[in-house]
Amino acid sequence: MAAGNVIPTRMELTRLKKKLVTAVRGHKLLKDKRDELMRQFMDMVRENMTLRKKVEEGIRQANRKFVIARAAMTSAEIKTALMMPKQEVSVDVSSRNVMSVDIPVFDIKTRTGDAADIYPYGFAFTSGDLDDAVKSLDDVLPDMLRLAEVEKACQMMASEIEKTRRRVNALEHVIIPETQENIKYITMKLDENERSSQVRLMKVKDMMLKEAHHYEM
Amino acid sequence: MSKIAVMGDYDSIYGFASVGLETIPVTLPMEAAEILKRLKDERYAVIYITEVLASQLEEEIEKMKEEPVPAVILIPGTYGDTGKGIEDIKKSVEKAVGSDILSGDETKAGDGQK
Repeated sequence: MAAGNVIPTRMELTRLKKKLVTAVRGHKLLKDKRDELMRQFMDMVRENMTLRKKVEEGIRQANRKFVIARAAMTSAEIKTALMMPKQEVSVDVSSRNVMSVDIPVFDIKTRTGDAADIYPYGFAFTSGDLDDAVKSLDDVLPDMLRLAEVEKACQMMASEIEKTRRRVNALEHVIIPETQENIKYITMKLDENERSSQVRLMKVKDMMLKEAHHYEM
Repeated sequence: MSKIAVMGDYDSIYGFASVGLETIPVTLPMEAAEILKRLKDERYAVIYITEVLASQLEEEIEKMKEEPVPAVILIPGTYGDTGKGIEDIKKSVEKAVGSDILSGDETKAGDGQK
């Protein structure tokens, strides 16, 4: 197939042999990388799935509670109550390297440690349902943040696995067989050349003997 | 130090302000794409988006999946959930493994619960 466009020289043969060794080694390493990534990905994605279900359920429930709170208060009142939040969440982003994938790690910091600071309003003019709603949202928050970390990691690992798998396949099914084919082609061509020059030499020897001694074999 | 934003229709997200996340009410999808871009430039670490809004921003969100920050995470809103959050996990499994092997687990687990 690809044997048509290689030059059958000894130098090319050495080059191809070196290439084959590198390709085989690269293939093995990439395959190991893929397997390990896959193993970690499976653990991660299972956690992702359970976390997501938990978070979605939590948020749905919180939303339901907010609807009830809205029934007891006007939206203007709710707007006023939540206008100036006391609590503030910020994150420190660092990264963790998993098989050459840089996975972000979120370090969560809240401005105040007081658990009551999620209620940024006085209790006189708000309904108790609102407290309930805000509390339930606060309860899902840690899971939400963990979900962000895990889901991002899963997304990044998935695309890395895809890339690695493509490379492994390209090496396994294209580059390595092609190089082997070319090496075979060059070896055969070189052997063929050697045989033909051998025959030529023998022929010449015969002719010279004949000329010198009128001797025929 | 990065912040966390929540994007979506006002009714779905206003509660998040009280727990300390930054809420950004969005109604027009045109606007949303711009805001998302701005949030990315301002180095927000996590952006939660309601599924309804996310369905109109698929292209932008897909692009951000490759980069470490921001993490764009879908959350259910008060109406019109598409189930895209779960769908996306299955998609990434398919991308990595080649077939969706989680759904099989899930039906088994579901059966167990019933």
